[in-house]
Amino acid sequence: MPYRIEIALKPELMDAEGESLRKKAGDYFGLQLGQVRTISIVTIDAPLTAQQVKRVQDEIFTNPVTQWSSLEPLPVDFDWCIWVGYRPGVKDNAGDTALEAMADLLQLNFSDDDAVYTSKRYCIRGQGLAAGQVEMLASELLANDIIQQWRIYGREKWDPAEGIGYILPKVRLDHRPTVTTIPIDSDRTLERISAERNLALNPADIPIIRAYFMDPEVQARRREKGLSDPTDVELEYISQARSDHCNHNTFRGKFYYRNLATGRQEVVDSLFRTCIEAPTLELKQRKPWVVSVLWDNAGAAVFDEKNYYVITGETHNSPSNMEAYGGAITGIVGIYRDPMGTGKGARLIMGSYGFCVGPRDYRGPLKPKLHPRRLLDGVIEGVRDGGNKSGIPTPFGNVLFHPGYMGKCLVFVTALGIMPSRIKGEPAEEKTILPGDLVIMCGGRVGKDGIHGVTASSESFSEHTPAGHVQIGDPYTQKKMHDFLLEARDEGLIRFITDNGGGGLSSSVGESARFSNGCHIELDKVPLKYQGLDQWEIWVSESQERMTVAIAPENRDRFFQLAAKHAVEATVIGTYNDSGKLHITYEGKTCAYVDLDLLTAGFPQWEFEACWMPPERRGLTEPVISRPQDFNRLLLDILAAPNICSKQWISRQYDHEVQGTSVIKPLVGAERDLPSDAAVLRPVLESEKGLAFAQALLPHYSKIDAFHMTTCVIDEAVRRVIAVGADPDRIGGVDNFCWPTIQYHPEKNPDGKFKAAQLVRSCRALRQMCLDYAIPLLSGKDSMYVDGHLPATYGERHKVSALETLQFSTTGIVERVDLCVTMDAKLPGDKVYVLGLTADELGGSEYYDFMGYTGLNVPRVDAAAFMKLYRGLHTAIGRRLVASAHGVYRGGLGVHLAQVAMGGDLGLKIDLGKVPCRQKLREDKLLFSESAGRFIVTVAPEAAADFEACFDGLPLACVGEVTAGSRLEISVSEGSLLIDLEVERLKEAWKSTFGHLI
Amino acid sequence: MEQVNALVLTGYGLNCDNETAYALQRAGARADKVHINSLIDGSVSLEKYHLLAFIGGFSWGDDHGAGVIQAVRMKTNLGRQLLDFVSRGKLIIGICNGFQCLVNLGLLPAIDKDYRRRSVALTYNDCGNFRDDWVHLKVDPQSPCVFTKGLEHMELPIRHGEGKFVTQTEILEKLVAADQVVMRYAMADGSPAGGRFPFNPNGSLDDIAGICDPTGRVFGLMPHPEAYNHWTNHPDWTRLKEVLKREGKPLPAGQSTPGLKIFQNAVNYFKDGL
Repeated sequence: MPYRIEIALKPELMDAEGESLRKKAGDYFGLQLGQVRTISIVTIDAPLTAQQVKRVQDEIFTNPVTQWSSLEPLPVDFDWCIWVGYRPGVKDNAGDTALEAMADLLQLNFSDDDAVYTSKRYCIRGQGLAAGQVEMLASELLANDIIQQWRIYGREKWDPAEGIGYILPKVRLDHRPTVTTIPIDSDRTLERISAERNLALNPADIPIIRAYFMDPEVQARRREKGLSDPTDVELEYISQARSDHCNHNTFRGKFYYRNLATGRQEVVDSLFRTCIEAPTLELKQRKPWVVSVLWDNAGAAVFDEKNYYVITGETHNSPSNMEAYGGAITGIVGIYRDPMGTGKGARLIMGSYGFCVGPRDYRGPLKPKLHPRRLLDGVIEGVRDGGNKSGIPTPFGNVLFHPGYMGKCLVFVTALGIMPSRIKGEPAEEKTILPGDLVIMCGGRVGKDGIHGVTASSESFSEHTPAGHVQIGDPYTQKKMHDFLLEARDEGLIRFITDNGGGGLSSSVGESARFSNGCHIELDKVPLKYQGLDQWEIWVSESQERMTVAIAPENRDRFFQLAAKHAVEATVIGTYNDSGKLHITYEGKTCAYVDLDLLTAGFPQWEFEACWMPPERRGLTEPVISRPQDFNRLLLDILAAPNICSKQWISRQYDHEVQGTSVIKPLVGAERDLPSDAAVLRPVLESEKGLAFAQALLPHYSKIDAFHMTTCVIDEAVRRVIAVGADPDRIGGVDNFCWPTIQYHPEKNPDGKFKAAQLVRSCRALRQMCLDYAIPLLSGKDSMYVDGHLPATYGERHKVSALETLQFSTTGIVERVDLCVTMDAKLPGDKVYVLGLTADELGGSEYYDFMGYTGLNVPRVDAAAFMKLYRGLHTAIGRRLVASAHGVYRGGLGVHLAQVAMGGDLGLKIDLGKVPCRQKLREDKLLFSESAGRFIVTVAPEAAADFEACFDGLPLACVGEVTAGSRLEISVSEGSLLIDLEVERLKEAWKSTFGHLI
Repeated sequence: MEQVNALVLTGYGLNCDNETAYALQRAGARADKVHINSLIDGSVSLEKYHLLAFIGGFSWGDDHGAGVIQAVRMKTNLGRQLLDFVSRGKLIIGICNGFQCLVNLGLLPAIDKDYRRRSVALTYNDCGNFRDDWVHLKVDPQSPCVFTKGLEHMELPIRHGEGKFVTQTEILEKLVAADQVVMRYAMADGSPAGGRFPFNPNGSLDDIAGICDPTGRVFGLMPHPEAYNHWTNHPDWTRLKEVLKREGKPLPAGQSTPGLKIFQNAVNYFKDGL
């Protein structure tokens, strides 16, 4: 018989969670709720005695100081009560730890069938609240039908003795695991079955697959193993390995690029090879500090003589778009496994985020699955719990609003780790597998998680079918595994390690087996969350928190001893060999037997048509706006714009100081509320050396030309780390492309050729910038298909595509952390310099966007000229001549002078007439141009001459000074004041948009 | 005493092990990171240690109240050893999740030296969210707390979602009377935060940030002294640097910090006292 414990805070204590629901109901829906109290429910489905239940109730689930609890429904008064619990098969982290705690306290071993389920009851007081409004609270604030179920009780319908009853979301699959053989009598048959089973095989691949399985020699060898036509396990394996996600078919594709303006045609054979691999290999030659790139889960570079840092970044867009919290936490926890699986394993030292979503206050006709506001709340919380509970600081991030992201949001996650350069005398970045090594899966168990989203949803949520295609990451389980694997690494036990991400075992084992050239996997050994999974499901499940490790057989005992100490589940699931085959058995019977080199055997390259038309030929022009009269109000309103304003509330909920390594925090300045140009860590506590990190995004520029979008994004990311003190010769990059679909289709994707051309142009810009700035790409990923089809008013659907987006991240070495500078003005009397040239470059600017325009003059990067300036600044910072340094980014000098003033809580007196310009500019253009390559620097007067000497012949000018007066005063030459505002007023405006959020 | 040995507990989602061990070493102790299970299975004995650090993190994901399950596991498996450790005059510090664990174990506040009773709690922040910020702290000079000797006012980072100190009025009165309230959230000038957010970041009763047992040898606090292990950890350090530069003064490189002093006090307690 199950038990149900209801727990609540004592009535006299404030219920912060209930209060937050009350507040959101008012802010989001205008609903005035009375008091809201939350009740936590623990439902125990295990054979306990009443006495045992009493013990766990008292000692685990009820805090005697703050809580009260009962096995009966708690008598908390309400007008409406909403119960929310998980659907079957959704990861219930709290339920899992409850079972662990009960086992410990009662000294019991629970069986696989025993479980604890957690859920919540919200008791809402509210006069005149209608049933429909309560339903809205449940479905649009508290629960997401993809992972959760809910029930609503009115006061009169509530049975105080019965309560919610006993709800057990147990997965029961009355299914015998079955291997299915797939007929391949014709291409059409296989194509049909691929569609039916969601194999997502590319039609062009089908003849190659058939040819392999119809080869008489292959057939003869398969017969020996009892196989005939391909099994579902085999086709799933091929499908995963050939997917765009795993194989990067788009970036390895052939592009037929045509410039429609000139008629010039060219063929680009593999963007990856020409624009990513080639410059990276060239730079690896020139930069001995580049340790390992282009092959492993993350790239590695030298931090100091004893340590390497590793970095990688990716996106988790589609899942976050469906279930924001689950998608984002799975994303951040997932990216953390990449450094863990790099070389012989790295320790995590930092994470970062980038969120691109629709306008938070969207009120238009489109109806995305989640409103942008709710989606943003969810992804913020997901990264918060994923990062904080992993014990990894999150000191940097971006948020960007644009309606194009309503089709699909972007959630970028980046992870950095550190590892000793040598482990037991062996190079840490190298790994291999010898025949005879054991294949070990460790961490979480396998369920129907992440298997073909569509397959799962077609099972349409019966009471006991798992809703596994959207997952919830479990940082707790992963943190234990992280600690365990590092200890195993340091003892030299790990020969090879990689993570289980997309494709699950199919990818991790399939790819690692190439190192020894073969393996034998016993699928029946893989520990499952519940019984009834088909063999192919075990093979491709994307259940989280798992790593695949190869160890030498003689290390088996020690490895498992350490696993037990860290309470981590680890299982030998097979052996690596040199048979050339991927051989999978289930209870002794072969269910897959494929040549490993099949995947390298002549699959056709994807092909794209790409047509470019320059912006002026597409009809883009500069807007016609006369000189504004009220510059004060203009600046205040731009400071309040969502893409410019303070987003302090996000940084503050992320632990950015755990590990004790914080040097430059996400928020800096006198009142610690201005976003820093970059984060700096001291990842090795005994060392004075620092690691700087920043990232940049400028998708608005893609409306004009993705080439310049790319050059400007990279320039910004570079300037950000230079601004805090990073060495220009030690900068590494990570590229994350997020692009709408580029395959042309006359009805479904009529502008596909243009988007393909934008991708080609962006990649070329990436190549050029990497070579010009000498930035090796340490890692990178691409995510295509950033489109959505959203329902609207009349039952029609609209395709919404994201702007062509590149997030570029930079890392940089800081020789001594005490050389770092921040962006805030420091002391009155300091001189204010502007470095770099300002030009008429407002095409994709915030100013034009704010006025409702896209112009033509997108900012240009002159890498060679800019780099001289950056070296000058680096020299000046190294000589301790700089009091503050800040890049001029989106919003131009107006916004960024305001930020320097707000950061210092000091005034600035500025003469814009002195700003170095490429041409004479009107005041609004001077203020809001987004020309690249610029900084605002403040310098002590006595250091001014030495400072200027660092920039011989370079564009810089002293444009004013820092004042004690706390006013931002901007004039042009001898003219009257254009801007005259209290710094406090600036800050008020800048915080007016999101300042109420905590 | 030549060697002060400190044990830093690790495992099950705890995560401040590196910096806590580092801070202890900088303070002159020898620090070992020891998995909770190594204590339980006896492969490491508490015997040779002078100081036990319950560190920050999310033990068991903090899903059933922060520090609760860790306390259950420690009490079930090591309860007697812990009481013994305290009674033999050794030191215990609990930071953040460690503090939460100590109050759930009953090792704090141990009113009338009852080291088993849960009489105070650290619950959800009033602001409704996890929060990372630096706070000002005022130390009670009357407190018997060994760790804060000679410290009056300092800044440290807080990083928690459940740091609101609550208890019944009569317990609070006893704590205050016995000077067991070691540190309170304060304003920059040292005056009480008086519950004002964000100075009191979580809504703690009486601005309480840290308490000790009646002997002053068991200390728990929500702020993280180990995260102020270098002068560049402080949020204002780049501003301070400019001021020092202009005054022609050297940078405080290599100097101790208020965070490190908490650990140095612990080490000195043994070095001076025994």
